[in-house]
Amino acid sequence: MKILVCMKQVPQKDAPLKLNEAGTWIREDVSYEVNEPDAFALEEALRQKEKHSGEVVVITAGPARAQQVLREALAKGADRAIHLEDSAFVGLDAANTARALAGAIKDEKFDVIFTGLQSDDYGFAQTGVVLAELLGWPHATIIMQIEKTGAGIKVKRELEAGYFQFVDIPLPAVLTIQSGINKLRYATLIGIKQAKNKPLRKVALAEVQSAIEGNMQKIERLYVPQKTKNTEFLEGPPGEVAKKLVEKLRNEVRVL
Amino acid sequence: MPDSILVIVEQREGKLSRVSWETLAAGQAMAAETGWTLEAAVAGSGVASFANEIAAKKVARVYAVESPKLEPYTPDAFAAALKQFIASKQPKLVLLPHTYQVRDFVPKLATAIGRAAISDCIGYKREGDKLLFTRQMFQGKLAADVSFTCAAPWFVTFQNGAFRGDKVEPGASSAPVETVKVEIADGVVRNKPQEVFKEAKQAVDLTQAEIIVSVGRGIKEQKNIELAKQLAEALGGELAASRPICDSGWLPMDRQIGSSGQTVAPKLYLALGISGAIQHIVGMKGARTIIAINKDSEAPIFEIADYAVVGNLFDIVPPLIEEVKRAKAGG
Repeated sequence: MKILVCMKQVPQKDAPLKLNEAGTWIREDVSYEVNEPDAFALEEALRQKEKHSGEVVVITAGPARAQQVLREALAKGADRAIHLEDSAFVGLDAANTARALAGAIKDEKFDVIFTGLQSDDYGFAQTGVVLAELLGWPHATIIMQIEKTGAGIKVKRELEAGYFQFVDIPLPAVLTIQSGINKLRYATLIGIKQAKNKPLRKVALAEVQSAIEGNMQKIERLYVPQKTKNTEFLEGPPGEVAKKLVEKLRNEVRVL
Repeated sequence: MPDSILVIVEQREGKLSRVSWETLAAGQAMAAETGWTLEAAVAGSGVASFANEIAAKKVARVYAVESPKLEPYTPDAFAAALKQFIASKQPKLVLLPHTYQVRDFVPKLATAIGRAAISDCIGYKREGDKLLFTRQMFQGKLAADVSFTCAAPWFVTFQNGAFRGDKVEPGASSAPVETVKVEIADGVVRNKPQEVFKEAKQAVDLTQAEIIVSVGRGIKEQKNIELAKQLAEALGGELAASRPICDSGWLPMDRQIGSSGQTVAPKLYLALGISGAIQHIVGMKGARTIIAINKDSEAPIFEIADYAVVGNLFDIVPPLIEEVKRAKAGG
């Protein structure tokens, strides 16, 4: 199977975020990491390749810093990478991100495309599904298991409240992968060395510009959410905090 | 035709989902503010009873969008049916609940008609002529007010719990129900879904627990789970976790709280090292009292906590266990 994995670089989970002056985005001087569900999508692609042979290609859209995500993927075993490199990609909505990705792979023939089910920054949960529609391919979301069958693939979709469903899908198709579908591997030293010689194709904004249109949604302002609850902060040394908590548990929460 | 708001409700397992009522409440509130007409639709095969249920509420009209191909659910059939239906009605705003099913077909539907969806919103605002939709970003650390910059119809999905379902207004009289039969050509539906099933029976029903001690990434290592377990035992509560802990296999999946796990509303929810991503919060924000211990003072869990401790859980939990035991012993 020839598999494309769409990956994204996002701010680290516990990175303190600061707003830019316009209050429309964060200041970019934070630490970044790979979007968590995308790491599971890559792992699944590598496992499928190990089972059925083929090729794993990784793609990302973002400024120069985003190349780190591709380098890590190559070190883990991806065969080659595509980098839509421009800081403008950060500000695209889901529809245009999908258009840019579709534009960058128009000369390729993939059997299946994996994306993480959503990103930890925007959290749209849309790009993979939009990409499928642009390509005219079927899709399935929130996938917890993938099995190759004669005609296509059988996937296990996660539904709400502990329910699941198997779905048979013809190929080519787009799947959005849920975190926890597999156990992530670490890059090996050899892998890291080999990654340096693997092909990485850079795609400039100009090359996909014709595929992109104006954003259809706009962040008017970004802000720290207003608190709706009156939170009481308990302070002091640990022993004292423990005593205060027990006092609350007894007199306010009344569970002791 | 006057501007209209179309609420598309979701039926699953023989009933309308709870968040569908919440979305209808949102539609009613927005209709009252904008003066736009409110209509509702339900799609499926044999969905007249759901349409009638909605028609008892304050809506101008309800549509039952029918095709045998809509059962069982597939994104291909739903997008095809609703694309036809929306093209004939031209609503200004289309509101849907942000369920797993809606996430599966709405981006496709919006793309098919060259439009966009603002997904997973928690509210809306009107500023002059502009409608803004509020959504959480960066895992709930920040919020954004987002506007549409494209032509209508505008698709918006609302998060579970964003509006009060019990605030849905009844209608003065029953609204007219119209059945709309849609044609879905052979070959449109490519996915072949099988029966929905539940993985092995759930061993623990956390929904019945009065006290829940829940652990997140801050617990760091599997062996540290024991500490949380001791606290849960001292309090006479159940142990639960956020998704990453169950993904790592440190606790079984049936102890997971959140959108993909169980939704709970205990007397006490004690969150240890849980940052409070949206997907977790939707599963526990109904708790009567929330206590959060986290070393990151900016963790979103503190937004909804009643009592908060900014600190290292490994410093605080051991003396807390001792104090709880002492209190229980009558000390």
